[in-house]
Amino acid sequence: MTQHSTPLVEVRNLGFRRGSRVIYDDISLTIPRGKVTAIMGPSGIGKTTLLKLIGGQLVPDSGEVLFDGQNVHSASRSQLFEMRKRMSMLFQSGALFTDMNVFDNVAFALREHTQLSEEIIRTLVLMKLEAVGLRGAADLVPNELSGGMQRRAALARAIALEPEMVMYDEPFAGQDPISMGVLVKLIRELSHALNLTSVVVSHDVAEVMSIADYVYVIAEKQVIARGTPDELRGATDNAQLMQFLQGEPDGPVPFHFPAKDFSEELANGAG
Amino acid sequence: MGLVDRIASLGRSAIDMVAGLGRAGLMLWGAVFRVPRIRKGTPLLVKQIYVVGVQSMVIVLVSGLFIGMVLALQGYTILVDFGTEESLGPMVALSLLRELGPVVTALLFAGRAGSALTAEIGLMKSTEQLSSLEMMAIDPLRQVIAPRFWAGVISMPLLALMFTAVGIFGGHLVGVEWKGIDHGSFWSILQASVEWRQDIVNCLIKSTAFAVVVTWIALYRGYQVIPNPEGISRATTQTVVQSSLAVLALDFLLTAIMFG
Amino acid sequence: MLTRKIEILVGSFLLVGLAAFLLLVFKVANVDVQSSDSSYQLKATFSNIGGLKVRSPVKVGGVVVGRVSDIELDPTLLEPVVTMTIDKRFNQFPETSSLAILTSGLLGEQFLGLTPGFVDDDIAMLKDGDVISDTHGALVLEDLIGQFLYSMGEDK
Repeated sequence: MTQHSTPLVEVRNLGFRRGSRVIYDDISLTIPRGKVTAIMGPSGIGKTTLLKLIGGQLVPDSGEVLFDGQNVHSASRSQLFEMRKRMSMLFQSGALFTDMNVFDNVAFALREHTQLSEEIIRTLVLMKLEAVGLRGAADLVPNELSGGMQRRAALARAIALEPEMVMYDEPFAGQDPISMGVLVKLIRELSHALNLTSVVVSHDVAEVMSIADYVYVIAEKQVIARGTPDELRGATDNAQLMQFLQGEPDGPVPFHFPAKDFSEELANGAG
Repeated sequence: MGLVDRIASLGRSAIDMVAGLGRAGLMLWGAVFRVPRIRKGTPLLVKQIYVVGVQSMVIVLVSGLFIGMVLALQGYTILVDFGTEESLGPMVALSLLRELGPVVTALLFAGRAGSALTAEIGLMKSTEQLSSLEMMAIDPLRQVIAPRFWAGVISMPLLALMFTAVGIFGGHLVGVEWKGIDHGSFWSILQASVEWRQDIVNCLIKSTAFAVVVTWIALYRGYQVIPNPEGISRATTQTVVQSSLAVLALDFLLTAIMFG
Repeated sequence: MLTRKIEILVGSFLLVGLAAFLLLVFKVANVDVQSSDSSYQLKATFSNIGGLKVRSPVKVGGVVVGRVSDIELDPTLLEPVVTMTIDKRFNQFPETSSLAILTSGLLGEQFLGLTPGFVDDDIAMLKDGDVISDTHGALVLEDLIGQFLYSMGEDK
C-alpha cells in the first residue's frame, strides 16, 4: 500500500524540559506503520514522557509531533480526541479502572465511543479477552489479578477499539520470566495479526531486541543510536551503546554520582 | 537569608497561590460547564451520590441527634435559671438551622466524604487511570470529576437538612421527654420563632455554598496530587484542613451577609 | 455497572432528604400555605410599638388569628403604622374593636391583642385595608418606673 511509505508518527526536533531540568534536547525519530519500533534507554530519562508527548498529554517546549501527518499539539481538542481514538497506550501499571471488573474495563471504550448493541460489545470483548487468554477472568475485579494478568487485561482494553497504533510503556518491567514471555509473544502476535504499529518503550534489552523491527536508544537527552537489532549489536564502536546493551556497571555512564574527590572529602570530614 | 530573598520567596508563593487558584478554577470550569450527557452521566451521578451521600448518612444522623441533645441539655440548665426554659425550642432550632446544621455537616462531610474523594482521585491519578482515560479520548474531568462534584453539591444540603431535623428531634427528646417542658409550648414557641425565608432558605444557601467549597477542594487536591503514597496521604490531610478552614471562614462571611 | 441496591439506596437517600426538608418547613417553620385570598389586611397606628416585630402574632383571647406583616413609620405623622394579615375565617370584627400591644409573661415576646368591640346597627365590620383607631401602645418599663417614682414623691 502506498500510505505505508509515510511513517505513522514523526517526531521532529523535539525539546522538552520539566522545570529547569532538560529531558529532551532536539530529538527526532520516526515510527513506521505496521512495525514494532522500540525506544530504549536507561531508567529516569523520561521514556514515558516521550509517549505522553506523542499522545498529546504533554506539550513540548519546541519541535513538533506529527501523527499521520497531523500536528498533535496544534490540533484542537476534538481533533486530538479523534487522533487518540486511533492510538492507544498500555500503561506500566496497567491502569485498569479499579471500580469495574475486567469485562467492563475492556468494554468501556466501546461503550463510550460506539453505538454498538450490548450483544455485539459482549462478543467483541470476549474475543479480545480470548486473545490475551483471560476470558475466564472476565468477572474478576483488577485487584484479584496478578500483575502480569493485569497487564494482559489492559492490553485487551488497549486493542478494544482496534487502534492503528499501540504504545507500550515498560511492558516487561517487574514481570516474572513466564509473564514476560507471555507478553513478548502477545505483543509480537497481536502486532502481526492486527497489522498494528507498535511502539515499545523499555529497558529490558533482551526482550526488546527479540521483538523490535527497529530500535532507538536514547540517553543524555539525545538519540545515541538507531537501527535494527542486528545493526545495533554490530555497532561495537559506540561505547555508550555497548555499555547499555551489555549492562556493564562502569563506562561512559559513570558508576559514581558526580561528587568531590573522595580522599579530599574524607580528609575534610576528619578535620 | 537576606531581606530581598525573603520578599522574593513571599512573592513566589503568592504567585504560586494565584496559579493554584487558577488551576482549580479551570478544573471546575472544565468539569461543570459542559453539556451534560443524560444517558451516560446519570448512572455515574447516582453511583457518586451513593458514595458521598448515602455513605455519609449514618455519621451525619448520629452526630445530629447527639448535638441536638447536648444543645438542649446545656441550654436547659442555663435557661432554667431565668425561668425561660420554654425558649429552649427556638434556641435549639435556630442554632441548628442557622449555624450548626450547615457547618457541622460540612465539617463531617469534609472528614468523611472529602478525604475519601481526594484519596480516590489521587489513587486514580497515581495508577495512571486518569491518563488512561485521556488516552482513550475520554475527558477525565467529565467522566470522573463532574459526577463527583454534582453528587457533593446535591448530597450536602440534604445531609444538612437531615442533621437539623434529627437535631431538633434530639432537642425535643431532652427538653420535653426528659426535662418535662410542656410539649405544646415547646413546639408553638419554636414554630413562632423559626421563619421560612430567614432560617430554612438561608440554611440551604449556606450548606450549598459549603458543598461547593468542600467538594471543590477535595477534588482539586486529588487531581493535583503528587502521584505517590506520601503525596496522597498529604493531599488527604490538606483536604480536611483546608476545607474545614474554608467552611468556617465562609460561614462567617455568609452569616455577616444574612444576619449581620 | 450499577447495582439495583445502590439505586434503591440513593432513591431512599433523596426521599429522606426531602422528608427532612418538608418536616422543617411545615413542622418547624410552620409556613402558612394559605395564599393572599384567604386573608385580609388591617392597619393601626400606635404611639409606641415597643418590641413588636414583623411576624409577631395577633391574638384574640389568646388565640392566634393573624400576624404582623409590616411595620413602618408614617413620614408625616411620625407614628409607627402596623399592618396585620388576618385569617379570612375571622372577618367579623366590628369597627369599635381595639388593639393593644401586650407581653406574654414578664420578659416574653410581644404580641398584638385584639379586643372585639360592641356591635350595633350602624357599626360596620372591619374590611380589607381598614384602620383600627382604638389602640394602646406598648408599656415601656422605664416609663412605668418613672411614673411610680414620681407618684412616690407626691405621697410624701
